[in-house]
Amino acid sequence: MSLAGYEFEVQRDDGLATEEMTLNMGPQHPSTHGVLRFVVKADGEIMRTALPDIGYLHRSIEKISEKVGYHGFMPYTDRVDYVSAMQCNQGWAMVCERAAGIEVPRRGEFCRIIACELGRIASHLLSVGTMVMDIGGMTPFTHAIREREKVNNLLEDLCGARLTFNYMRIGGVAWDLPPGYAEQVTAFLDRFEPFIAEYNDLISYNKIYVERLANVAAVSKEEAINYNLVGPNLRGCGFQYDVRRDEPYSIYPELDFDVPVGTGEVGTLGDCFDRYMVRIKELKESCKIVRQCLDMIPDGPVLARVAKKLKPPVGDAHVRVEASRGDMGWYVVSDGSEFPYRTKIRTGSFSAMSIVDKLSRGIMIADLIALIASLDVVAPEVDR
Amino acid sequence: MSLINSVPEMVVTTKLDEVLNWTRKSSVWYMLFGLACCAIELMQTGGPRADLERFGAAPRATPRQSDMMIIAGTLTLKMALRTKVLYDQMPDPKYVISMGSCSNCGGLFQLAYSVCDGVDKVIPVDVYVPGCPPRPEALTEGLLKLQEKMMQERWLVRGSSAQAAA
Amino acid sequence: MSPTEIHQRLQDQHDDAITAFEADALDPFVLVKSDSIVEVCQFLHNDPDLAFDCLTNMSGVDFLKEEYIQVVLHLYSYTHRHAIVVKVNMSREEPSMPSVETIWKAANWLEREIYDLLGVVFTGHSDLRRLLMPEDWVGHPLRKDFIEPEEYHGISTRRESLLK
Repeated sequence: MSLAGYEFEVQRDDGLATEEMTLNMGPQHPSTHGVLRFVVKADGEIMRTALPDIGYLHRSIEKISEKVGYHGFMPYTDRVDYVSAMQCNQGWAMVCERAAGIEVPRRGEFCRIIACELGRIASHLLSVGTMVMDIGGMTPFTHAIREREKVNNLLEDLCGARLTFNYMRIGGVAWDLPPGYAEQVTAFLDRFEPFIAEYNDLISYNKIYVERLANVAAVSKEEAINYNLVGPNLRGCGFQYDVRRDEPYSIYPELDFDVPVGTGEVGTLGDCFDRYMVRIKELKESCKIVRQCLDMIPDGPVLARVAKKLKPPVGDAHVRVEASRGDMGWYVVSDGSEFPYRTKIRTGSFSAMSIVDKLSRGIMIADLIALIASLDVVAPEVDR
Repeated sequence: MSLINSVPEMVVTTKLDEVLNWTRKSSVWYMLFGLACCAIELMQTGGPRADLERFGAAPRATPRQSDMMIIAGTLTLKMALRTKVLYDQMPDPKYVISMGSCSNCGGLFQLAYSVCDGVDKVIPVDVYVPGCPPRPEALTEGLLKLQEKMMQERWLVRGSSAQAAA
Repeated sequence: MSPTEIHQRLQDQHDDAITAFEADALDPFVLVKSDSIVEVCQFLHNDPDLAFDCLTNMSGVDFLKEEYIQVVLHLYSYTHRHAIVVKVNMSREEPSMPSVETIWKAANWLEREIYDLLGVVFTGHSDLRRLLMPEDWVGHPLRKDFIEPEEYHGISTRRESLLK
């Protein structure tokens, strides 16, 4: 891989500058969250740059959509972001509904939001858990995974799968909530909400942990928008924007929830700790949303009548959903046949990955791990 | 008077092969090699509920310390060449579990232009675990199957398959 | 601002660059000539009433029958909370357009991806290399007439079906 055009100087005034070395990190590396590769140019422990090399998990999902049809593509959307597959299901369902003009039954919308927010809890739990593990603490990871297993059980009751759900359909959801589901979820939430405080006691304000994250790789709001950072990474910069609230879709306008932002409580605004803390706070908001949905859910059908061979009119449609890793853009072009002509998925991790080159300049190699973990990069979402 | 009769509760008679295999199968260290979706289930298998370490399988970060490679996820063509390098770096005797449909045969992604349909095109596989993704219980079953296979190996017979592998 | 107003404002400033405007589409779009895309985007980004500070999506579409490649830019303004779609058409034989990387940094990787998968050359791009496929890969897979190679570095890309 050529590195032409990436020479720049790190200012060191202690007279310790040495010759530059090039290190290879990945694709097999325990803390790169899947198969990512970085070509690190470093002067001792200080990096000049970490240049991401992606595509090791490029599974041509966009091309496959052109071969399998609108309904058949739903299982593939699970694999776009397997950590929170529900929101990907929703994104694809929504863009097809928009292109074909399909109305979703109200109960179906509620089922979707309950599933999505449970998925968000599962995703953020994995994110905060692996973040601690990457930095060197193994124990909090097992705590987070323990809770994640319980969310997985709930989602398994809902749709039969633990990871790749394939729960939603174009026009609604595949199945209604199972009997007694509200009680099960409420019991889980009652147990889970105190756990967030317990987790904070356990690790969030641990002195070593805070020192590792505070002031590392801070992003300003303007920079974040220019690089199109989304979701918790954008909110970590102190900018209050959430697609669920500001470009509302589904039933989110009826729900009451806060949009947590980074506050710079231990260091600079927009540093790794802020991004981490936004996720912790969002766990609580998701719990709030699920509770409201369980209270408000109406009776009725969950799936609209949709043609087996869906043929949206010629044209294109674009929707944005707030997935766990932020604003996910779904773009579909229809040529009037039963197969999508072109699908494009723009994901949060993709833009988060593109800023790594910029943020890694001048920080320590060990901080690169904290940076990637705090951006919550998931490899299949980058490569698709 | 034989030794066995004098201290029956302290001595077990067995074959040397079985002792060797028993020790080997009880500490199969696997390489942390998560490729795609199955990596999350692999993580949960190592987590508190399924707890793969009960069977002696602990994760290692480098191929040079590992006995077993779990191919967890879709193998793309770009990654396939690197996987071969990693496999070559592992010390013998080494084993491979192919986890999930994608690494078994390409699975859902057989339609793709960039996916290697089956890890067995690149490296030899001992155990195939079906599922998309397999549950932690299924992966544990796969490990137990591998342990059964390890127990059948004969190290002291000249020209045996195990020697050929080693 | 509504898309019609945005188009009107664009028309006032860059009349000759806009070739079409479709207000009735699901996402209203303006069609821009490929050689004036940078000026138009600069205007969309800098004008205080428009202030499109974010490039949310950028996709390439290969229209095989119509014989052109289309690059679609989805713009969004966090300041005013409005959106517009900008489309650029180019020939299939030598697709090329100026890079908008200097305006939105997000375009850097998005353009590299389009170059990789569709073969559109972005002139003025700082680092136009393949992004997702291996560097020695031949062809642009998202083109409609792409044919999958038989093998890659000795690895066959075909698999016999077990169901016979």
